[in-house]
Amino acid sequence: MGKQKRLNSYNRWGYAFVLPFTVVFLIFSVYPVLRTLHLSFTDLKVMGKAHWIGLANYSRVIHDKFFWRALWNTIRIWSVNIVLQLGLAFLLMMVFSDVKYKMKGLGFFRVVYYFPNLIAATSVAFLFKTLLDWRYGSFNIIISNITKLFGASYQPIDWIGNGNVVPYVIAVIQSWMWFGNSFIMLMAGVQGIPRDYYEAAAIDGAGRWTVFGRITLPLLRPIMMYVAITSLIGGLQMFDLPFLTVLPSANAYGRVQTVMMYLYRFGFTAGSINTGYASAVAYMLFLIILAVSLIQLYLFRDKDARSEKSQRRPKQKATSEGR
Amino acid sequence: MQDQTMDSKTHDRLMKGLLYFALGLLAVASFFPFYLMIINSTRTGVEISRSFSVIPRGHLVENYKQLIKYVDIPRGIFNSILVSVPATLLTAYFSALTAYGLAFYKFKANKVVFGAILVFMMIPGQLSLIGFYQLCTKLHLVNTYIPLIVPAVASPGTVFFLRQYALSTVQTTLIEAARIDGAPELYTFHRIIFPILSPGIATMGIMTFIGNWNSYLLPMIILNKTDKFTLPVMVSTLRSATDLQQNQGATYLAVAISVIPIVLVFSFFSRYIISSISAGAVKG
Repeated sequence: MGKQKRLNSYNRWGYAFVLPFTVVFLIFSVYPVLRTLHLSFTDLKVMGKAHWIGLANYSRVIHDKFFWRALWNTIRIWSVNIVLQLGLAFLLMMVFSDVKYKMKGLGFFRVVYYFPNLIAATSVAFLFKTLLDWRYGSFNIIISNITKLFGASYQPIDWIGNGNVVPYVIAVIQSWMWFGNSFIMLMAGVQGIPRDYYEAAAIDGAGRWTVFGRITLPLLRPIMMYVAITSLIGGLQMFDLPFLTVLPSANAYGRVQTVMMYLYRFGFTAGSINTGYASAVAYMLFLIILAVSLIQLYLFRDKDARSEKSQRRPKQKATSEGR
Repeated sequence: MQDQTMDSKTHDRLMKGLLYFALGLLAVASFFPFYLMIINSTRTGVEISRSFSVIPRGHLVENYKQLIKYVDIPRGIFNSILVSVPATLLTAYFSALTAYGLAFYKFKANKVVFGAILVFMMIPGQLSLIGFYQLCTKLHLVNTYIPLIVPAVASPGTVFFLRQYALSTVQTTLIEAARIDGAPELYTFHRIIFPILSPGIATMGIMTFIGNWNSYLLPMIILNKTDKFTLPVMVSTLRSATDLQQNQGATYLAVAISVIPIVLVFSFFSRYIISSISAGAVKG
């Protein structure tokens, strides 16, 4: 009895430990999210009074072709990026998990490949904007030198200014920034596969491709899904790189404007501020992200159910719930 | 028979060589733009636009003088430190405190707080952006560092990670022993729990620092006075300085300076960074 009482008095300390977090969390996280929701039903412009206008902002978002254009731009940049990023990470993973060659230097290459991911997107955007400048940029100068070597002539490509080219340029830069990250995650998955499976396969005399196709690949599928989905959720919020690569006054801007850039325009750009509308855009984007997350949950469940059915396959490791 | 094995051996060796070559090429591709950046920051604008070179020249000081006519780079570094360091320390300390509280104390609100953390880990940051800005306007926090530092106290992702970490590394008997010895709860946390959690705290802390240092959207929205700008915001203002773009050397130098601190952090802590990404993939 006495002990229970003392334990309770200890447990009361839990409140004290969680209190600072909770206060700041309520003020700076919970309130802003609810406030944005509230504002999305109002006609608040910059300042002044907000009037309740119901779903008018949402209906405007749905009917605005520029919003859908922005969503399409975002998805296009992301899709090209994920194919390159995951493809490259996958090839690297194949190389480093090969049972026959046993490649060395994983630690070194992992660090080097991850390096571009550390640099602020602002710096990366600025660096490539300067490197890819069609007149003065080093990139075009290199290409022109190479073509001269072969006696051909090179019409400099306007990498940043051409609206047909720049979305793909941004996608390539994005994948250059992120392939190391995906590679590390895939390798973590490979290293999580129990050694016994490989030893058993070696005893059975399985070749490298059989090992790869029957052990590595199926066990990695959940992690690859996880990488792709988290990348999609992040990619839908893409802002820094396209925003800083292409100036709003440039012709190509319409081809790279992402949903976040669209939101920024109505939320924070002097002259076109419509706070209520921007809030509705934020919640529309949230709904899209939510849908993506639900699809992710569904796909994971499906996978688990299927792997339980086929008894012959090694049981899947619980990978990435939550987060 | 003998010949065949010899053949396949040379074949393997050749393949391995090719693979290492390809890996090396990719490594160069990861570094080359940064190398070019460093080289170009030592060349004049005219030299850069006329020809391509991988050999540094001696115009670094000139470029720097040119650059600080447009932006006060030392000020930017100072401001970035002023924001990133306190924010990281707050995240590290309070996340550990909260994680410990949630992991080892039974109280009614425990499940509610933990549930809220799980929900907010799923909610993308952009959802709160407009409400956050409105709040800062109302509280007269625009153009101060408070909105960039204080919210760091509540970092749901870090708390989640450290809670799992605490559950797997801290033994309940240790806490009980401290209580029998009459140690105050807060003392136990500071002297016993915090050191045990420190590898996990370091891992999350480094990622938090890099995130804070590189953060662009929020500082850009909150800060509108030039002398308050953090480094990324400052670098981004260069894009509208068109006459500076004539001198690409200075531009490259600005980017180079903004990259250096992160390179230093990375070269010391790369092991922690890699392990935190791996943990994210496997534990989820």
